[in-house]
Amino acid sequence: MAVNTTTEILTPSGSSIGLRLVGAYRIFRRWPLIPVLLLALVLFAGIAAPWISPHDPNQQSLDDRKLPPFWYEAKTETSVRTVVQRVLPGQDDQVSLADAQAINPDIQIGDSIEFEEVTRAGGSGKHWLGTDQLGRDILSRIIYGARISLLAAVITLGVGGSIGVILGLVAGWYGGVVDEAVMRFVDILLAVPLVLIALAMVATLGTSLTIIVAVLTIFIWPRFARQVRGEVLQLKNMDFVALARVAGASTPRILFVHIFPGTINTLIVVATLQVGIVILLEATLSFLGAGVPPPTATWGGMVSDGRGHLAGGFETGSWWISTFPGVAIMLTVMSLNLFGDWLRDKLDPRLRQIE
Amino acid sequence: MQRYLLRRLVLAVITLVAVSLIIFILSRSAGDPVSLMLDEYSTQEDIDRMMAKLGTDKPYYQQYFIFLRDAIQGDLGVSIKEGRPVTEVILDRLPWTLYLGLTAFIVSLLVGIPLGILSSIKRGSLIDQAGKVVALLGQAAPPFWLGIMLIIFFAVEFRAFPTSGREDWNSIFLPAITLGWYYAAANLRLVRSAMLDVLDSEYIKLARAKGVPYWGIVMKHAFRNALIPPLTFAGVTLGALVTGSLVVETVFAWPGLGKLAIDSLNSFDYPLLQGVVVVFTLLYVLVAFAVDVLYAYIDPRIRYA
Repeated sequence: MAVNTTTEILTPSGSSIGLRLVGAYRIFRRWPLIPVLLLALVLFAGIAAPWISPHDPNQQSLDDRKLPPFWYEAKTETSVRTVVQRVLPGQDDQVSLADAQAINPDIQIGDSIEFEEVTRAGGSGKHWLGTDQLGRDILSRIIYGARISLLAAVITLGVGGSIGVILGLVAGWYGGVVDEAVMRFVDILLAVPLVLIALAMVATLGTSLTIIVAVLTIFIWPRFARQVRGEVLQLKNMDFVALARVAGASTPRILFVHIFPGTINTLIVVATLQVGIVILLEATLSFLGAGVPPPTATWGGMVSDGRGHLAGGFETGSWWISTFPGVAIMLTVMSLNLFGDWLRDKLDPRLRQIE
Repeated sequence: MQRYLLRRLVLAVITLVAVSLIIFILSRSAGDPVSLMLDEYSTQEDIDRMMAKLGTDKPYYQQYFIFLRDAIQGDLGVSIKEGRPVTEVILDRLPWTLYLGLTAFIVSLLVGIPLGILSSIKRGSLIDQAGKVVALLGQAAPPFWLGIMLIIFFAVEFRAFPTSGREDWNSIFLPAITLGWYYAAANLRLVRSAMLDVLDSEYIKLARAKGVPYWGIVMKHAFRNALIPPLTFAGVTLGALVTGSLVVETVFAWPGLGKLAIDSLNSFDYPLLQGVVVVFTLLYVLVAFAVDVLYAYIDPRIRYA
């Protein structure tokens, strides 16, 4: 009889491959399709960025500044103008000879011509989501930005999760002074205004991905430690642990081979929900100027880039610079939350009360 | 109960000391404040005099204890940029952060609780669906982005509210909504799930069987019990609202502590930053402690645990 009844139900131990397939089908029968697809898309974008992004994310272009998204049509103004050799600043009723000759090759200086001026360029398939204030392609930057978000999330959760699991196992197993020490440390870290301290740390120690990940790790591991410790407290008095001890298993072996597997369901759920939190934190730091430094594309940094270009609203403002990267953050985090909720209901319904 | 509260109090004090130590180490590792205040024409004598004045000629541990001693007496040093005592600068800004935080808190309650009740009693209805959207958006949209979106729509496009600052009476709305939305979403979810649990219980069925009017049951029997989870969460909320102001104040140029922290960070004004971080943590810890006390008072299960 296996001990962890949750996994027992989810993965029938039948030996035939057919039974297993039925089990797998049961698990994923009602999985949240849209969130999973979106997450797969983000993951794909992050991994395949150099091959799928339409432009170099850092390629600036003065002529292509603040181009709108593809559905915008170019706006033009037609007026009769006098042809001159060179247009002096502020002379709205003149047009240069070169521009005029492009329309009518026979035109001379001093003639009048009906001239169509482009007051705002339209969008095109060249830049699907438009360009930013330096003429960089927003879609390409979002695709590359996914790399930073994913890297930060994966490393933070990998390192922070491991530290949290080990300390949680140790604290739960030994109890007493060890437990007190670890858990008080956890309490303190969870009681600190996180963004502010992280911001101060990153700003002082230097803005690089390594430092950002290190700082985020410090604040992420306690969440894992607390969860794992709780699980260990429940598991350590079970018969199979006593049996393992009788059979001569060492403490590390009991912890990692016998107890740890029992905490995996909880861990997967906690980790999924924490990914969203880490992505939001990284974006917040980037937004506040304490993220991976420019010109590297980060979602938070891109939202910040567009802040100064809102004036004019939908007519003449460049709202898309801030909007699209934010949509990317929101959809990613929302998908992670929905997927995490679903995993929680499937793997560990007891966690439902945890926010 | 006293033991429980004492534990929380000790923890709060340790947290404060730990944060002050972290920020002290950070500010010292960022560079010598003296070199920031003097130019290249200063003589060694000037440097020594400045160091003696700031106390940076003493060993680090002594500097830290002097900082702690002064901080307990309410003296957080002098801001490099403003040339005024840090305490004074902070006290100037604190009311604005509290004003914003409290308004956002009220928004989160006024939106979250009624929507939570309605979506629990009209499960699956249009209101429930709308509530789900509000909750999903609120928990996924980064506040700095949400703020910019609100600015684009309501300040730039429709000119209904000012884009930033605090001059007009309606300046508070956009920042408060931005800050409060996340917690409104959380309150909505908490109230909804708590209400669903309570509405399913035996004593509600009994009340209905006795013929108590439906809304009487909802408000008098169900809602009161469903209030406990959001109440616990209120502590987290209030504390987080204070720090959430960091981002929102930056977006809306709101002259509170959050913007002060970012400004002091950008201008390398470490005495000021140090002070702001300590005050922020103090607020955070105080609110958490106050809620612990309140909660222990309300819920006997905690008191006697």
